[in-house]
Amino acid sequence: MNTLIKYFIGISLVALLGGVLFGCFSAFQFLYPAFFSSVPFFKTRPLHVSSVVGWIFLASAGSIYYFIGQENKTSSFSVSLTRLHLFMFISGGFIILISYLFGYFGGREYWEFNPIFSLMILCTWLFFLLNFFHAIKGSDRPWPVYYWMWCTGVVFFMITFIEANLWMVPYFGDHIIRDLTVQWKAYGALVGSWNMLVYGIAIYLLTKIKNDPSIAKSKLAFAMYFLGFFNLLFGWAHHIYVVPCPKYIRVISYAVSMTELLILFKLIWSARPTIQEGRNQKNNLVYNFLFSSDIWVLLNLFLALLISIPAINVYTHGTHITVAHAMGSTIGINTFILLASVCYITLKNQVPENPLRVSAIKKGVRGLNISLGVFWVCLIGAGVKKGMHTGDPSVLHQAILEEISPFLLGFALAGTGILASLLAISLPLLRSLLKQLRHG
Amino acid sequence: MNISGILIKRSIFFSFLLLFIIYSAHIYTFNAASPGNISKNPDAQKGKQLFQEYNCASCHQLYGLGGYMGPDLTNVVSNPSKGEKYAYAVIRSGTQKMPNFNLSDAEANCLVAYLKEVDRTGFSPVPAFTVHLNGDVNYDQ
Repeated sequence: MNTLIKYFIGISLVALLGGVLFGCFSAFQFLYPAFFSSVPFFKTRPLHVSSVVGWIFLASAGSIYYFIGQENKTSSFSVSLTRLHLFMFISGGFIILISYLFGYFGGREYWEFNPIFSLMILCTWLFFLLNFFHAIKGSDRPWPVYYWMWCTGVVFFMITFIEANLWMVPYFGDHIIRDLTVQWKAYGALVGSWNMLVYGIAIYLLTKIKNDPSIAKSKLAFAMYFLGFFNLLFGWAHHIYVVPCPKYIRVISYAVSMTELLILFKLIWSARPTIQEGRNQKNNLVYNFLFSSDIWVLLNLFLALLISIPAINVYTHGTHITVAHAMGSTIGINTFILLASVCYITLKNQVPENPLRVSAIKKGVRGLNISLGVFWVCLIGAGVKKGMHTGDPSVLHQAILEEISPFLLGFALAGTGILASLLAISLPLLRSLLKQLRHG
Repeated sequence: MNISGILIKRSIFFSFLLLFIIYSAHIYTFNAASPGNISKNPDAQKGKQLFQEYNCASCHQLYGLGGYMGPDLTNVVSNPSKGEKYAYAVIRSGTQKMPNFNLSDAEANCLVAYLKEVDRTGFSPVPAFTVHLNGDVNYDQ
């Protein structure tokens, strides 16, 4: 079983590096469309998005398989189902990437592949869901909060992925506004679902680092989980405030999103102890990643709250501020937490004669934080510049692009810094995983 | 103590789930007769299919949703400085930034038919709006 998990983790790192490489290409193509013209922007963008989504799914699934196996101290997962999950996901993912190169698209945001491949993704998720529930069936009650989060993430990904494909039913697909509304309703909850998997992993890691299981059983942990779940279900409409759908959708989403202020207050309240803990644990590699993710949670939550206010959203919608929010969360929160998990698993299983090169990884973490900071600020700068033209239809799109091009150049260069930092982090991990696989 | 705790958690979870089902049903069934229904316009249906097959959303937005490289296409056909003929010409021959996809005359017309249906549904970017003190906005469309 451990060998299979190492494959999950190793391939997830390759998907991450590939995804960021494609992201760098598309960032430069955005500025210079002739750059790397054999694979144009409309192909590199989906290659980037799907590879990064592949990283999140593979690393999350691999981590959850590993952690539940550790908790139950038995081989509670079906090895054949896990093998099938891995095989289907990797072969499906590979076919999807090849299909992009041949220009074979489904053309939906996030899931730009032909819908025929959705069935493959659904099957892999079904294997994961069956395996997961089979594994936790006999585990001790009451469940820690991360079990609740993983259950929620696994089930709601399934529900919202099906919802995201409802456009194939003419009742939804043949109505432009209904299609857009349901599409973004599904996407909001879908991202919330994989966030549940990732945040659950973060809480699991914290309980292990601090050796304090009560963290995952406290009333506060459950209150935060239910608040997150509530927002997953009802707080998605900031994407479609400007779409002419019923007003109650906007009002409900605005009100629900503001409940996230409680999470922001909680983060600010616990900032001092978190920083103190960061100092105490500065030599703990896994905590280094988690501490960075804490900072990015604070920044991105603040940004998310701002863009959920309709009066601000009207200026930020359709600008690069939305990209700052999406990429800031994917790299700053999801990737940092998943890298923490990958490090935790790799360190636990490392071969003593070939120890993990921790110092290179620590440098990578610093580089990643700095590059991401520049990247995030550049995107916000580009968004603010464009937002200043809101309500002025006389300004041409091309003129806005020229105005924001210095920010986009900064963004592309910082993207290269992100790639270099991730290489510094991932290569020692991959090397260590390969050695572990060789040693059986 | 533990049993009551589990019951409370389950009650909250399933209450949220029930609300989610009711809310989803509402969203699936709203406003069926409004502009945007292309079920009786086969050209627009084909245009929507082409819009997806050529991954137009990777560069273009509809209602501010999609890519950032090209302009938002929600109202391109009613834009006085662009219009249907402009949209048709760009679709057929591409631009410096947009590749020529070698679409046929019929395919380009279907894409324009789709964009005309999108245009009828509303405005993006919003041309005018009123901001309220509570943070909400009235889109004066």
